[in-house]
Amino acid sequence: MSAEARWFTAAADDELTIYERSKPGRRAFTAPELDVPERPLDELLPAALRRADPPRLPEVSEPEIVRHFNRLSKRNFDLDTGFYPLGSCTMKHNPKLHERVAALPGHAKLHPLQDPSQAQGALELMWRLQEALGEIAGLPHVSLQPSAGSHGELAGVLLTRAFHEDRGETRTKVLTPDTAHGTNPATVTMAGYEVVKVGTDASGNVDLDDLRAKANEDVACLMLTNPSTVGLFETGIEEISKIVHGVGATLYYDGANLNAIMGICRPGDMGFDIVHFNLHKSFTQPHGGGGPGAGPIAVSDRIEPFLPLPQVVRRDGAPGNGAHGPYYDLDYDRPKSIGRLRGFQGNYGVFVRSYAYIRSLGAAGLREVSEVAVLNANYLLARLRREGVAEYLPAAFDRLCMHEFVLSGAPMKRELQIKTLDLAKRLLDHGVHPPTVYFPLIVDEALLIEPTETETKETLDHFAEVVAGILREAQADPEVARGAPYTTPVRRLDEAAAARRPVVRQPL
Amino acid sequence: MSRYTSVTNADLQEMLAEIGLDSVEALFADIPDRLRLNEPLALGGGRAEQEVYEELRGLAGANVSTEDEISFLGAGMYDHYIPALVDSILQRSEFLTPYTPYQPEISQGGLQAMFEYQTAISELTGLAVSNASVYEGPSAVGAAGYVAKLENGRRRFVVSEGVHPHSRQTLATMAHGWDVEVIEAGLADGRTELPALDDDVSAVIVQQPNFFGVVEDLEPIARAAHAAGALLIATCDPLPLALLKTPGECGADIAVGEGQSLGNRLDFGGPSFGFFAATDALLRRVPGRIAGETRDVDGRRGFVLTLQTREQHIRRERATSNICTAQALNALGGVIYLSWLGQAGIVDLVTLMLQRTAYARERLSRVEGVSLLHEQPVVREFAVRLEAPADRVAARCREQGINPGYPLGRDYPELADCLLIAITEQRTRTQIDRLADALGAAVAAERHPAGVSA
Repeated sequence: MSAEARWFTAAADDELTIYERSKPGRRAFTAPELDVPERPLDELLPAALRRADPPRLPEVSEPEIVRHFNRLSKRNFDLDTGFYPLGSCTMKHNPKLHERVAALPGHAKLHPLQDPSQAQGALELMWRLQEALGEIAGLPHVSLQPSAGSHGELAGVLLTRAFHEDRGETRTKVLTPDTAHGTNPATVTMAGYEVVKVGTDASGNVDLDDLRAKANEDVACLMLTNPSTVGLFETGIEEISKIVHGVGATLYYDGANLNAIMGICRPGDMGFDIVHFNLHKSFTQPHGGGGPGAGPIAVSDRIEPFLPLPQVVRRDGAPGNGAHGPYYDLDYDRPKSIGRLRGFQGNYGVFVRSYAYIRSLGAAGLREVSEVAVLNANYLLARLRREGVAEYLPAAFDRLCMHEFVLSGAPMKRELQIKTLDLAKRLLDHGVHPPTVYFPLIVDEALLIEPTETETKETLDHFAEVVAGILREAQADPEVARGAPYTTPVRRLDEAAAARRPVVRQPL
Repeated sequence: MSRYTSVTNADLQEMLAEIGLDSVEALFADIPDRLRLNEPLALGGGRAEQEVYEELRGLAGANVSTEDEISFLGAGMYDHYIPALVDSILQRSEFLTPYTPYQPEISQGGLQAMFEYQTAISELTGLAVSNASVYEGPSAVGAAGYVAKLENGRRRFVVSEGVHPHSRQTLATMAHGWDVEVIEAGLADGRTELPALDDDVSAVIVQQPNFFGVVEDLEPIARAAHAAGALLIATCDPLPLALLKTPGECGADIAVGEGQSLGNRLDFGGPSFGFFAATDALLRRVPGRIAGETRDVDGRRGFVLTLQTREQHIRRERATSNICTAQALNALGGVIYLSWLGQAGIVDLVTLMLQRTAYARERLSRVEGVSLLHEQPVVREFAVRLEAPADRVAARCREQGINPGYPLGRDYPELADCLLIAITEQRTRTQIDRLADALGAAVAAERHPAGVSA
């Protein structure tokens, strides 16, 4: 067993649930005093509308709640503790300043329906963030509203639909590369289009001949990630743009991989019409174990009229007070808008963090982020080669990568009898989060590795050595990796049984 | 070197040598020259941490928060007290900084918390299945509509006018893509009045309590929906469900809602979380992540993300939703808050709001120029009609440090003289009395000229 995995300090046994800790009569909450005349419940809420029994919530005291959730926390691996080279997820450092500023009462306790005249700081922050994101994307108009990347994608495809409908056109298909994130095809269906897959050529680029064959007047849009999900820059992006625009379709940019190109090149300059950002990736919103995130979109002039409601705008002067300085407002007067995608104005708490990040780094800092992200990825790829890893885990595409790269575990599986999954599970024993596995789908036994810019050279060296060590270990005895992990709070879990007979709540 | 990277010059030389290149520039050789930026982005320079802090503090100071005034704003998000232990636990890096728990062996804390959350949501809604969260309230209504469309393929939703305007608008935006028509059902004395339903109706959608605070009688609505072969979707405010007959008990097939009032900050509208619960029959159509219990190879109990074949990363274009990143940390805040309230506490809290709201209703109805819009039962929110334009009255009250509520004219032009008032447990009798005085004075000052009707 590795001596290195010691994150899990209170982890050995089954952990009781909060319900199993419950005991009738215990409580943490004390209600404020009833300071009004008490009226009979039946008078206020007739019995026919009331539930017979209260919801069975846990009965626990404050110390028990704190201990319970702290114990649970120790059964989680996290980014503040260890390396997290999870491809396409951009698990980079989340600056602590951001938590402090987001918690300021002026931000955290601002009601979303506060009159705009009394929310000028929030609206100004949103307007400035829109401007900054527009500059980074190279597209002039931004809506911050979508709640996450997939929500931004939905916004983008619905904008595409509105754009075509406004021109009196009915189009039925959306193209996605066969390397696309699952959210792309799922979004296409949810927006009422049919998915048409475009192939990838031997060098990892979109197959231009296949694209030409499938691009026609039925196509509404091509959704593309650049760098692609195999971590490569689409060298033919200008030609792709020409083909797509040539048939009157829009070009959509999935911003999951924006971390590679900030300040270096811009989707707008490549010909993209619509871009979504993942503020929980490149712009440091902590991932929270599965959200929250935010998925703002930036668009070109021709898409702008259709942006969601409301838009944050800057006007000259407040209503009724003449032209005294800028006034920030919510604009609902947008007759061609696709409408709302959610309540209120978006995930403002995320905007505060991402704005703080952009201000902290500035233009030069953001460019350095991408330079180091790409440097780290290429270094790690080279370093793995030096460790002799390539024999069992060759790079799927023999090119310079961008901020991430794909290895294929197929030779490893064949020669060493361990699968990519086994390697991933064995990494857990070394205190390293595994890369993204079995994605992209076009690479057999894929590992997608994204080190990010916030990791040191020493961390990358260590990772390369650990992977090489696991392969050596497998040469001697593949059973070790096949049985891994050993040092985690639980070991391999029976996912098939969980799906066959789902238990999704505690029987009470 | 920027603040969050750590490549020294020596590192850089070694790393480039290992790669076999002589410059960072060369790493980007695949990007055509024409596309390279030749000048810095127009974002200005970086700033020191304390400078950024000061800037963000300045922006915060330009807002009037619920700490700066006595706020009766609600209409979807509420100024509830958040106990210190929620903030404390959510700031633990083990909850704040992990990714989605795709590697369950090192994610048991988050997965178990999801399972506990799902259990609590099932209890509140009276439905067998809860997912681990969706984005927020209004888009949860859209997600529920999509499930109904997948379930029965019909082409019309009937949505009550008592459903939050943002939810109705969001549903309309999404349904346009599915070619499903959205029809509105009107209100009679504040409660939903269903039109006759035919077999084109996919789902009936109502809110509980509705946007005006009125408690709907869900059971006859459920019967009518089911008689037409449609689903009933109830979008619910979770706290009042401590007292109300559950949507499940009333016959709802899906209950969704905005989770902010469960231990989440106002944050000018987000991030919070949406909850999504459904009957067992709809389990395999539920969107997003679901935690499930299982065993490990040594027989220990553990939790995993289950039924993943519903989801986009497996099922792709045939997924039940495109949702990926949702609101795990916010939902965790929700289950911590519900544990803090506990079984007895949640009833105490909601009963207190019910009593204070009853007091406020009675007190305000005695103010000259103020009357109740409806007489129906409410829990913590109600609407009043003023003998003056509500937005002008509200502006006058705010000048005195009292935000009297949400003027309804923006969403319901015929109610431009109406105000929606929320009474959380943070609003005391003294504050309610001050509201009554402020409202009376403001209405008197803004009163419609004699003979001109509202």
